[in-house]
Amino acid sequence: MGLFSNIPTDPPIEVFHLTELFNQDANPLKVNLGIGVYQDENGRTLTLPVVRSVEQQMAQDLTLTKNYLKGTGLDAFCTACLKLVLGEQSPAIVENRACSIQSLSGTGAIRIGLDFLYRNGFRTAYVSSPTWGNHDSILQTVGFEVRKYRYWNKDKLTLDIDGLIADLEAAPKKSVILLHACAHNPTGCDPSREQWIRISDTCKSRELVPFFDMAYQGFSSGDLDQDAWAIRYFAHEAKHELFVAQSFAKNFSLYNERIGHLVGVFESRDIIPKFRTQMATIIRRNYSNPPAHGAYIVATILNNPTLYGEWKNNVRAMYERIHSMRQLFYNKLKQLGTPGTWEHIIQQTGMFAYTGLNPRQCQVLIQQHHIYIMSDGRINVCAITQRNADEVAQKFYEVITTISDDPKL
Amino acid sequence: MSVRQTLTLTSKHQLWILSQFPRLASTNSWWSNVEMGPPDAILGVTEAFKRDTNPKKINLGVGAYRTDEGKPFVLESVKKAETLIANENLDKEYAPISGVLDFCQASAKLAFGDNSRVIKDQLYATVQGISGTGSLRIGATFLAKFFPGNKIIYLPNPSWGNHTPIMKHAGLDVKSYRYYDPKTCGFDFNGAKEDIEKIPENSIILFHACAHNPTGVDPRPEQWKELSAIVKKRKLFVFMDMAYQGFASGNIDEDAFAVRKFVEDKHNLILAQSYAKNMGLYGERVGAFTAVCEDKDEVERVMSQIKILIRPMYSNPPVHGARIAAKILNQADLRSIWLKEVKYMADRIITMRQQLVDNLKNNGSKKNWQHITDQIGMFCFTGLNQQQSERLIKDFSVYLTKDGRISMAGVTSKNNAYLANAMHEVTK
Repeated sequence: MGLFSNIPTDPPIEVFHLTELFNQDANPLKVNLGIGVYQDENGRTLTLPVVRSVEQQMAQDLTLTKNYLKGTGLDAFCTACLKLVLGEQSPAIVENRACSIQSLSGTGAIRIGLDFLYRNGFRTAYVSSPTWGNHDSILQTVGFEVRKYRYWNKDKLTLDIDGLIADLEAAPKKSVILLHACAHNPTGCDPSREQWIRISDTCKSRELVPFFDMAYQGFSSGDLDQDAWAIRYFAHEAKHELFVAQSFAKNFSLYNERIGHLVGVFESRDIIPKFRTQMATIIRRNYSNPPAHGAYIVATILNNPTLYGEWKNNVRAMYERIHSMRQLFYNKLKQLGTPGTWEHIIQQTGMFAYTGLNPRQCQVLIQQHHIYIMSDGRINVCAITQRNADEVAQKFYEVITTISDDPKL
Repeated sequence: MSVRQTLTLTSKHQLWILSQFPRLASTNSWWSNVEMGPPDAILGVTEAFKRDTNPKKINLGVGAYRTDEGKPFVLESVKKAETLIANENLDKEYAPISGVLDFCQASAKLAFGDNSRVIKDQLYATVQGISGTGSLRIGATFLAKFFPGNKIIYLPNPSWGNHTPIMKHAGLDVKSYRYYDPKTCGFDFNGAKEDIEKIPENSIILFHACAHNPTGVDPRPEQWKELSAIVKKRKLFVFMDMAYQGFASGNIDEDAFAVRKFVEDKHNLILAQSYAKNMGLYGERVGAFTAVCEDKDEVERVMSQIKILIRPMYSNPPVHGARIAAKILNQADLRSIWLKEVKYMADRIITMRQQLVDNLKNNGSKKNWQHITDQIGMFCFTGLNQQQSERLIKDFSVYLTKDGRISMAGVTSKNNAYLANAMHEVTK
């Protein structure tokens, strides 16, 4: 008997398992509305042309070595990313009070940011209800007590702003508050600017630590600066000390190169060297230093005006496709006379729509209709295409009209 | 109190004083009490080297291979693989949590040999890791959560500086067994055996599979055989760290001897592999973690749990480097080039060792420097003590760590004589 023969087989992680089931399904009409990966009109996740050309250049460049990056990452990458998040004219950057640390995409940034907070005495964290599945897992692994703040009102299909504020008002001082900067995952529902200001005021008066998760800069409105509005308001106008975990998986279509960064904004520039050395220690005992490939690609693009322009256009194009698919899906549902209100589909932003389907309905969608959807009713709007929109809407209509033990109507 | 007076006080006093004057104090910051982290010792060596203006200066702190011209070396097999990959227009979609499958399979084969029972019966649970560090971290975290015995890991003394923080931070206690004998600058076989015999049953023991870091001292094959038997008798669980396969002797099978012998002796060991040195892929972070299992059912259980550990770390690994490594390992012509290149790197280091010993003799040194050629791999424990090491730095601009460790990668045919002379001067 091996030492580990009796350890439990844990259930697989839902979103990856869904993709596995999808891949195994032989039905030609199958659609995968699960994982948050951008797909084009032909259902393909293409690499951005600007990324391809940079990669090919890199492969020919004989001056590039494979030397280790610093633990905190490639400087050219970090400097450019800081500007992307905070804006070129950010007072925090000008005053040297902000710092970017390269990370293993968004997950890695959240992880090292929370490791830093934990080792400096922070113990309680709040996540939105609902939130990205891995937030809870990361927080628990690091050792935080995880609490929720109300977010999605499933009866009204909007943001429960009063519930949110009430929960933050009741939060203990020094609680870390995980906020989605834009294109909330899974609901796609973001606070308005007035609502962000209220959230900021509450964080200030309750002495809470804002920790932004920005995985979709550019996907919410199509405009990079607009999508960073909340972060910039908190940092510049409201003058919070805050953290931002940014992923370039989606907006650079660099999912598998694991490229992202963690931003820390502090009141004083004196904190920066302390923060950097602590981050270096945390990183050293986890993975020593980050992978170079994705960092060089992003740094090259962000630091070259022509490539940067090309990239912005690519992001805008992805945003527009998603936007039009939302409209298309909404139209189809309405045409079929699908019961319920569906405005939230076109009001929500980003890659995901929180449809409001219940777990039973989702199960039937998968098993009988080969439409792969997360059990909380979340769908990836990108996976809807001109070709499959009719079929997907039709199947939604069927499950909604035949199964209604927990109606969201 | 005047401003000038405040500036001469210690920082603790300064902080207190500043806190009495709200106008001056940064009272709204969360981070006023955040401690400065300790500086990295090895980084310090490189920084001091950079500041030195002596044209003869030598940096022997570098942990990456350098050519005889002192330049970093991107392998031809790597460049070729990269160009092929760039033209294949492969996707950028998320890899599975366990990484690139081709890479994992090829990695296991490289470690265990194609004919191993582990490969034939598919008894390996292998996942891609963030180079060696990340693979060690996965293993340590897995042990901390699931190891049914004593969650104490025994490291050789000395060991790689980052082993202890990785293990401790993952939740294991860390102890050691004798390894390096400073009297002989060689392997303290009897000391190791004595200590290992005393380790409580069902504890964990870590070995460097080849090219021990930092000493360069490896057990001989007959010694490995004895160690395997003792470890079996003591019912210890084995963690192998293999960061230099191929890079040590120039031969990938020879360097894997210990791993394969232990597997043959039916240790269900765990293994961390790195491709940083042997493929020169340092910054691409290519590595693998493997658990050798009893049967396919155990493989499945172990895989499911490892994936759950990885998800809150970084979700899934970076593919670029793994694709390069997989291509090299699996494509015959590239593999052949790579094997020659890894032998070339190992041979250069072996040659430098020999030249250094010859040059020391030519300087008239009466000391026994045999350990320099007995030791293997990137690092060499010269036997110089702290004062001698400090003199090397101060008087000769030869930069090494205070424990007398030099990186052979920094030695070239051009600086070899100068180095030998300097070493002779501080030890005569």
